[in-house]
Amino acid sequence: MSAKEYRTVSAARGGLLTVSQVPGIAFGDRVEIRDSQGRKRNGQVIRSSSIEVLIQVFEGTDHLDLENTWVRFLDTPLEISLSPEILGRVFNGLGEPKDGRPPVVSRLHRSINANAFNPAARTYPKEFIQTGISTIDGLNSLVRGQKLPIFSASGLPHNRLAAQIVRQAKLPDEESHFSIVFAAMGVSYSDARFFQEEFASSGVLGNVVMFINMADDPPVERLTLPRMALTAAEYLAFDLDRHVLVVMTDITHYAEALREVATAKGDVPARKGYPGYLYSDLAEIYERSGRIKDRHGSITLVPVLSMPSDDITHPIPDLTGYITEGQIVLSRELHNQGVYPPVHISPSLSRLMKDGIGKDFTREDHPHVSNQLYALYARALETRNLASIIGADELSARDQRYLKFADAFEKRFVAQGEDEDRSIVETLNLAWELLSLLPTTALTRVTETEMAKYHRHAGSELQQPVQKEPPA
Amino acid sequence: MTKQGIIKDINGPIVTITLPGVANGEQVKIGELGLYGEVISLQGSEALVQIYESTEMVRPGEPVEGLSHPLSVELGPGLMGGIFDGVQRPLEKMFLQAGDQIPRGVSPDALDRESQWTFTPTESLEPNTQVSGGIQLGSVQETESVLHRILVPPDVSGELIEIAPEGDYSLDQTIARVRTADGEIRRLKLFHRWPVRQPRPYLHRDHSSEPLITGQRILDTFFPLLKGGKGAVPGPFGAGKTMVQHQVARWSNADIVIYVGCGERGNELVDVLDSFPKLKDPYTGRSLMERTLLVANTSNMPVVAREASIYVGITIAEYYRDQGHDVVMLADSTSRWAEALREVSGRLGQMPVEEGYPAYLASRLSAFYERAGRVETHDCGKGSVSLIGAVSPPGGDFSEPVTSHTKEIIQTFWALSKELADARHYPAIDWVDSFSADVSTAAIWWHEQVDRNWEKRRGQALSMLARDAELSRIVNLVGPEALSSAQRWILEGAALIKEGVLQQSALDPVDTFSSPEKQFLLLDTLLTIYDQGADLIELGVPVQELSDLPILAKLRRCKEVYDSDQLDQLREFRQQAIKIFESIRSEYAQRGEQTS
Ligand SMILES: Nc1ncnc2c1ncn2[C@@H]1O[C@H](COP(=O)(O)OP(=O)(O)OP(=O)(O)O)[C@@H](O)[C@H]1O
Ligand SMILES: [Mg+2]
Repeated sequence: MSAKEYRTVSAARGGLLTVSQVPGIAFGDRVEIRDSQGRKRNGQVIRSSSIEVLIQVFEGTDHLDLENTWVRFLDTPLEISLSPEILGRVFNGLGEPKDGRPPVVSRLHRSINANAFNPAARTYPKEFIQTGISTIDGLNSLVRGQKLPIFSASGLPHNRLAAQIVRQAKLPDEESHFSIVFAAMGVSYSDARFFQEEFASSGVLGNVVMFINMADDPPVERLTLPRMALTAAEYLAFDLDRHVLVVMTDITHYAEALREVATAKGDVPARKGYPGYLYSDLAEIYERSGRIKDRHGSITLVPVLSMPSDDITHPIPDLTGYITEGQIVLSRELHNQGVYPPVHISPSLSRLMKDGIGKDFTREDHPHVSNQLYALYARALETRNLASIIGADELSARDQRYLKFADAFEKRFVAQGEDEDRSIVETLNLAWELLSLLPTTALTRVTETEMAKYHRHAGSELQQPVQKEPPA
Repeated sequence: MTKQGIIKDINGPIVTITLPGVANGEQVKIGELGLYGEVISLQGSEALVQIYESTEMVRPGEPVEGLSHPLSVELGPGLMGGIFDGVQRPLEKMFLQAGDQIPRGVSPDALDRESQWTFTPTESLEPNTQVSGGIQLGSVQETESVLHRILVPPDVSGELIEIAPEGDYSLDQTIARVRTADGEIRRLKLFHRWPVRQPRPYLHRDHSSEPLITGQRILDTFFPLLKGGKGAVPGPFGAGKTMVQHQVARWSNADIVIYVGCGERGNELVDVLDSFPKLKDPYTGRSLMERTLLVANTSNMPVVAREASIYVGITIAEYYRDQGHDVVMLADSTSRWAEALREVSGRLGQMPVEEGYPAYLASRLSAFYERAGRVETHDCGKGSVSLIGAVSPPGGDFSEPVTSHTKEIIQTFWALSKELADARHYPAIDWVDSFSADVSTAAIWWHEQVDRNWEKRRGQALSMLARDAELSRIVNLVGPEALSSAQRWILEGAALIKEGVLQQSALDPVDTFSSPEKQFLLLDTLLTIYDQGADLIELGVPVQELSDLPILAKLRRCKEVYDSDQLDQLREFRQQAIKIFESIRSEYAQRGEQTS
């Protein structure tokens, strides 16, 4: 490998360097830059012609002068060194150790920009993961190999929820836990600390690889960091046969970094200043989760993002939702009422639950119960809305029941303890307790057989019509 | 002799080359890796090329080769049941040869050259006659359910010198020889190539007259699409666009289904690959995969090939249309295609007009949809391509450029609503925003084939839903007490229609498909019950007494209880329900007599 070094920088602006008279440099090549003081910076070629080369400098171009800047082309794409030793380690967005320990020595290096998985190589994810959280397991089940983001907003407990998922996630009948890849982009010191302590206290540190870019680290490294993390995850899953859970936070910081770089490059903006390729760029990340034929391991991806101004139509959550296989949305309203986890049921969705639940997977009534709870809760929220206009006392007896259901649902089903690990059977039984607040005639999404088996009052007085209006 | 040149500049997927003699639209192979691309503009001695694969580690100075043909697809037996990428590379074969990830610079033949096909020549075709594009040379039974007609390629005409006898042939073997006007001898095979950006010719357009039956009640009964029609399915994420398209792919009465996953999820294609072989076509009883072809350019695959993918899909669709088949092509999602256009135009520094999209977005979209239609083919009777595109508007806002341009092009609009999806009302097709321009044409078919009251009942249901919306607004202002009994019964009736007819679970084994007869019977039954209830209310029966009837819950569920071939039982159940209402009537009539 011949590393060529040049001092022909002709422009430095907005994090980009132009180097002239450097023939034959590869697009995507890794670059090392030394400033007049001999300090090193990192970069990558983002455009290459026979006349000049454009380099994106991760640490920015501040204080670089054109005369005394040396540029070395390493003739290799961005890579990560892989070995089982990565478990238990902490790296930055370039894959360099951040834990004060020596670099991982290995002959195995992989480019962090993997070629896309062949769709014909995938297998459909369908193994139910029990997270112990009713709103997820019961209503928006996660399966191995799924990408299911948490849509949150500032001040909401997404970190606690993500940590609870990491602590509790397992297959119902298996003890083996997941290997964790944790990717943090632009996080605050306290958030990074929270997760590190969390992993330490639950004793999983040795099974976690962390990639951390702090809020005051170079933003450009946020662009390479998730790719580093996923390359590591792919290695653990498909070389070492492990089931890997990747938690990424915060995708919003990632997208902001992308916008910053795109603006510097002069890319045409689409919405809110984000480049038109934000969708494809996010997809390159999210689509690296999944299951592959004849491979034992899997990559399950839980990205966390904060919705700017709580707006789910903002490009970051919007494009994410268009790529991922559902979303768990957190609600400020429930949070303010003290409900933890404040999962906003209506917009939450898991697209892969259909094949991972029901008979042979969880329990035969699960698909219908989930549907029924959704339909009832939607109806109950309408009723609550009506009650706020005309007053709860004006409601019919039937509508009163819906109100009661909504309250019970939020307080007992949605809310649960941060250490409360409910089995799927417990979750479903709890669901029937709530469904039994309504007469069987109001339940049209569950079958009559299921009602006979699980409804508390099936066959009893509630087969009769709801009581008539109470006398005024 | 191949044309040779070199790379000058690499800017992501856009590469500048010099290649003397290269033509616009020509395919080129660039760099040591031999990546495939397409020339999109020429300026002086330089050409701009869009590359279908990642250009990582490609260098200026590396060689370039011109391939002298535009992006084309291979058309012949062996397409059905296959999965191809956005430039028709066979993904199954690439997986077996190259492993989990799609390698760069590899391009196996789309169609397998080893397989043998039994070719039966057209009986009436004699040597020494004149043939031209579209004339049927013979046929091959491609799968149990697809008869593949082997046609003279559109660009060949002349004197048929020889045609092969019945027998087994591989794709590389000659099955006919034609002497063209200028004396050249063309050897025809079981397959030919056709450039994807050029619509295939036909004799003339034909009026579409028959609805495409999809087995989905809200589509067939409320917003029908004709065979050869153009439809769009817009909606925010998670509203059900892919589900609608999968359902159409599964259950429509088409001969051929082309499903193009354009910039969407890998797992959704796996879902099709896994489930279709096990599902039976309700019309032929054969496995669905035998008449299905997938084109897959998932969201993480290179964006330039995504732009090409829908043209690859529509060209294959036209090819089967030319054989006299009714083809349905589904494109999920045309927004991702438009974004690929936007990305390339941005890299070229073209002036954006709206939300970064280039000015030619609208014309490209309409030219694409124009390739749908029902036609008179040269030799195989009528054929059609119905085209249904999903649209993914940012933030679910239908006023954005791709949705609004599409809306002007198509005839059928299945608008998905977030509110309905959030309440798990599936398919979440909004009956107010959706439309079909072909209801009256479809009505002729329904009236002949199913029931003369179809259009009337459809109209009654829609106006009931409209009344329901008005009344619900009143309730939300002043409470239900403000409504009369008759009005409250309308709310009940609308709820019955919503749950018992409009909602249709794709996941329920019975409900997933509804034959036209079942669709009408359900609608008619629920409306009959509603009408009877309305009469009773006029007689003074309290609305509460009716809405508490357990039979109503049963009526909402009967779509899942009775299969399309259990209509007799469904009719029996209908009679029971009617009886219950009649007995209430006679009870009240008696009471009325007693009190008067
Ligand atoms: N007819 C239906 N029956 C049952 N479930 C449905 C139906 N339609 C949609 N769903 C549910 O809605 C989910 C989302 O549907 P789908 O994936 O089709 O959305 P989409 O509009 O294509 O979203 P995106 O734009 O993100 O691709 C499905 O996973 C399924 O759970
Ligand atoms: Mg979709």
